[in-house]
Amino acid sequence: MAGQEERIALSVRGIVKEYPGVKALDGVSIDFRHGEVHALMGENGAGKSTLIKTIAGAIQPDEGEIYVDGNKIEHMTTKLSRELGIAVIYQELMMIPALSAAENVFLGTDVKKHGLIDSKDMSRRAKEIFDQLGVDIDPASRTDRLSVAYQQMIEIARALVKNAKILIMDEPSAMLTEDEVQTMFRTVERLRESGVMIIYISHRLEEVFQISDRISIMRDGKYITTLNTKETNKPELIHYMVGRELTETFPEKDYESGSVGLEIKNFTGNGVKDISFSVRHGEILGLGGLVGAGRTELAQLIFGYVKKDAGEMYVEGKQVTVHTPKNAAALRIGLIPEDRKGQGLLLNFDLTSNVVLPSLPRISKAMFVNRKRETQMAEEQRKALLIKTPTMAQKARNLSGGNQQKVVLAKWLAAECDYLIFDEPTRGIDVGAKQEIYKLLRRLASEGKCIIMISSEMEELIGVSDRIIVLCEGKMTGELQKDEFNQDKILALASGEKGEVGA
Amino acid sequence: MNGKTIIQKVKTSSVVAITILLIGIVVLFSFLSPQFLTGQNIMNVLRQVSMIGIAGCGMITVLLTGGIDLSLGAMVKFINIVCATMMVTWGMHPIVACLLGVLIATALGTVNGFLISKFNLMPFITTLCMKFVLQGLSFIITDSQPIYGLPEGFKVLGQGYVLGVPIPVILMLILIVLTGIFLNRTYVGRYFYYLGGNEEATKLSGVNTKLIRVLAYTLTGFFTGIAAIVWLSRVNSGQPATGTDFEFDVICGLVLGGVSASGGEGGILGGLIGIVAIGFLNNGMTMINLSEYHQMVVKGLVLLLAIGMDSIKIMMRNKQSKAKA
Repeated sequence: MAGQEERIALSVRGIVKEYPGVKALDGVSIDFRHGEVHALMGENGAGKSTLIKTIAGAIQPDEGEIYVDGNKIEHMTTKLSRELGIAVIYQELMMIPALSAAENVFLGTDVKKHGLIDSKDMSRRAKEIFDQLGVDIDPASRTDRLSVAYQQMIEIARALVKNAKILIMDEPSAMLTEDEVQTMFRTVERLRESGVMIIYISHRLEEVFQISDRISIMRDGKYITTLNTKETNKPELIHYMVGRELTETFPEKDYESGSVGLEIKNFTGNGVKDISFSVRHGEILGLGGLVGAGRTELAQLIFGYVKKDAGEMYVEGKQVTVHTPKNAAALRIGLIPEDRKGQGLLLNFDLTSNVVLPSLPRISKAMFVNRKRETQMAEEQRKALLIKTPTMAQKARNLSGGNQQKVVLAKWLAAECDYLIFDEPTRGIDVGAKQEIYKLLRRLASEGKCIIMISSEMEELIGVSDRIIVLCEGKMTGELQKDEFNQDKILALASGEKGEVGA
Repeated sequence: MNGKTIIQKVKTSSVVAITILLIGIVVLFSFLSPQFLTGQNIMNVLRQVSMIGIAGCGMITVLLTGGIDLSLGAMVKFINIVCATMMVTWGMHPIVACLLGVLIATALGTVNGFLISKFNLMPFITTLCMKFVLQGLSFIITDSQPIYGLPEGFKVLGQGYVLGVPIPVILMLILIVLTGIFLNRTYVGRYFYYLGGNEEATKLSGVNTKLIRVLAYTLTGFFTGIAAIVWLSRVNSGQPATGTDFEFDVICGLVLGGVSASGGEGGILGGLIGIVAIGFLNNGMTMINLSEYHQMVVKGLVLLLAIGMDSIKIMMRNKQSKAKA
């Protein structure tokens, strides 16, 4: 029936959501039809998560309207969205580990008989739902003994108990194995047949083609287009996802790279599998990939924050052992972590303390800190990196994001590090300060430092790096030289497509 | 050229507050009891305070790292008993017995630190267990009987005077000054602050944070050992009832003096004034014949007030920085 085809279950119209400095959603309008699996795609930061949260009522849009079954919803709240039958399965599963599978299914739903919980009835009904989903879970088993895939099924079952009509799944395959993904797909099929509309968010092209009926693409907070899955192909999708003009300018490299400074071989562990690469002096090596591809995890292995299962590391050609960050720092390796406030800074301490922290033993005699050297060291860094602060006695907490980033960098430069790992160096930093960080990166490289930069921003990755390695699901999927840089190619590699998309 | 560091500024503001509180306590009790503000009584208070102060030199390192040591009082008791036994029953020379006592306390502190650091156990529970073990052992060793007959010369340490000042007070002041220098001027001392401020960032800056955490408890054991020996000498007999809930006075004094119970902030000077304030409070309450049980209520409320203010301070700061962001 034509009418069936047209029936709209959920519709968002002109949604705008602005955060200080960023337009997370910029006039997004999408129609979701009854009985379809509708994939939502886009790069990191495209606005998918913000859109979901808006639909679920977790955040309020600045502008725009939401319609459910044709009725305009004036003020969406989490409670209202639940009542309307909207359920979201987030990446982090909400489970109480010590409870049974059945108890978790009925979490927040009363199953009472004479005021007491009727556990027999609960088990029976949980079993029914599991059968309906086509999964074999014992309702009595403790949830933390079940695999992540089963836990996800419990969460879906919980949504069904609450009569979900619209099921939103945020990267449901991220933590599943290949077999488990196929099981999950069969469940999704069954749900579709029973009339549940599913919004499926994924980075993985492969999956989207297998499971979805239609695909909507977002980019930089804007809605781009909706395609019928049967009528499109991977290159077209990738093109829509990345198709932006590169506008920012990046400092040029006007010198030759030197010898190999840092090299890793067969690094394995912490979700990373068999990764090898080397960085030359003067070179900025970009690590590309989607969020969760294992880039931060790799940085943690190199820096000794997490112990690796296997792999060798060489500094200036000599094999070295790094078990702890202390070992790494002693080898003059520095990490500028993504979580600046949590992992990079002592927020309640003055800038001097922050800058000299790794160098303290070096500027001390018999444990006594040379306070003149300390002040001097901090001042030198303030001047060298142009840290904007009236005094280095200022608390780190009071600085802007860009200046905080400089302080984290300053601590490794003061420690005379030659090998620097930047994890998302411009995350949360405003546009002007970004340019400054890019210049700094290039300047440090030109001074002969070996730099590894993790970045999820395509433009930054291409603009700053001299060479790019792309990771996908913990594995290295490709390496690109400067003249091969190309957004489509990088995204294809990051999505696990082995570089078959032409330039 | 940078003027005062943040650590110093925080310290100064707490020091002013606690000094005002101390004066308030002294003024209040001098009205309530005519004997309170006599030279002899003040000396008496300072002698009592000296043990809290000595133990405080250790406890401050633990508090700075964001931990706590509840076994402190029981450790005083245990070392008291062990040292008395060694001197009286085994006839050991007092100096040897004292050194051994401090060594045992240091080892016990290290055990606390090792368990907490290596196995990620909660400091609160771990040291509570240690408290029970040591308390039990103390009563087993002594069969709940006091040990009398310590060597005559030994009591000089706790009861003697140099130039009219009690030796324990002099000892405390020396240890406080050394601790102050250690915490402010050496990098290991600063690590305690950094660890309490942000453990992950400190670790990711190449500091062996696990070792620093163990060290904090080791130092607490060491200073507690010294406090126990001074106590033994002052009482001049091994008493199994000694030291019960002693850690409460130490923690209360330090937190009152601006040492944050959640770590990373505070100095030994403020801590000392806080401890003196607790000393005067304890003494004043006894002078006005407040029963032990009433005193417990007051002290419980005082510590609650102190940690409450500490927490409000942190909340306000977080709000401030959020408003800025």
